Amino acid sequence: MKTRRAIIGDAVALGLGTGVYAISFGALAVAAGLSAWQTQALSLLMFTGASQFALIAVVASGGSAAVAIATSTLIGTRNAFYGFAMSPVLQPRGVQRLLAAQATIDESTGMAARYEGDRDSARLAFWATAAAIYVLWNLGTLIGALGAGLIEDPNVFGLDAAAPAAFLALVWPRLTTWPMRAVAAVALISAVVLAPFVAPGVPVLMAGAAGIAVGLLLGVRAGER
Amino acid sequence: MWPTILLASGAAYALKLLGYVVPQRVLDTPLLRRITLLIPVALLSALIGLWTFVDGTTVAIDARVPGVLAALIALLLRAPFLVVIVVAAAVTAVVRAQGWLP
Repeated sequence: MKTRRAIIGDAVALGLGTGVYAISFGALAVAAGLSAWQTQALSLLMFTGASQFALIAVVASGGSAAVAIATSTLIGTRNAFYGFAMSPVLQPRGVQRLLAAQATIDESTGMAARYEGDRDSARLAFWATAAAIYVLWNLGTLIGALGAGLIEDPNVFGLDAAAPAAFLALVWPRLTTWPMRAVAAVALISAVVLAPFVAPGVPVLMAGAAGIAVGLLLGVRAGER
Repeated sequence: MWPTILLASGAAYALKLLGYVVPQRVLDTPLLRRITLLIPVALLSALIGLWTFVDGTTVAIDARVPGVLAALIALLLRAPFLVVIVVAAAVTAVVRAQGWLP
């Protein structure tokens, strides 16, 4: 088992990085016309960044409430699959299950996935990452929402590159075998190729399915890292 | 706006919970174990592609691309998480400020 301190350190570092792009979320949400309270409610209640960004993008472009809800929900569909993957690792009971659900996001699942075969480390990585990100994501949102008037365009600080960089760092430790690299490459490329042709939210699921199919064909098995 | 926020948040939570209420024994097959192993890598990789090369629904090569490439180099040099993220944002910010890419 990797030391607890190292796992918690990684969780806090990822939380700080996530907090940085939460600032851009807060600023963009207020620019889209949400109040600071509404912006904060999204980070507290929805707590899944990609869906939050998608929702405010639809609102900013003048889309209907139905389209905003549908788009953010479709993008959040992957969290069901994450829960499905995390359930046997966490084996949550009772109230813990309700907490585990809210804690199920890209980062917590991605960090836990780095410790495949080491359940204690995976559990600690999941909970520590979720806790660090919950606090810092909401703090960043607050700073961004209150400071929205001060920054004309948060992308001036390159914050839009922070999220893909963080996700690259998350999958990186898993890309040590050629089958896993093929899974990642197929998913990445097919998402980009599909994006212009299907509704927002759909490319992630279709590309994810393509990547999983490649992984099955190439025989990625438990224990391979 | 509030109904939109609350409905969308409720739907997001319902999806998160869904994965935990499927009975364990349904999950416990060799095929599903292999699929659950692949899910995070496949979905996160798809998101990396979209957030690096796609703007809305159009493919765009903008300042995010050199930022994420810089993150890749930082990872090859075994940089810690926070450094990877800060390097990506900094490179993107500089490329944009210089007007090399939008």
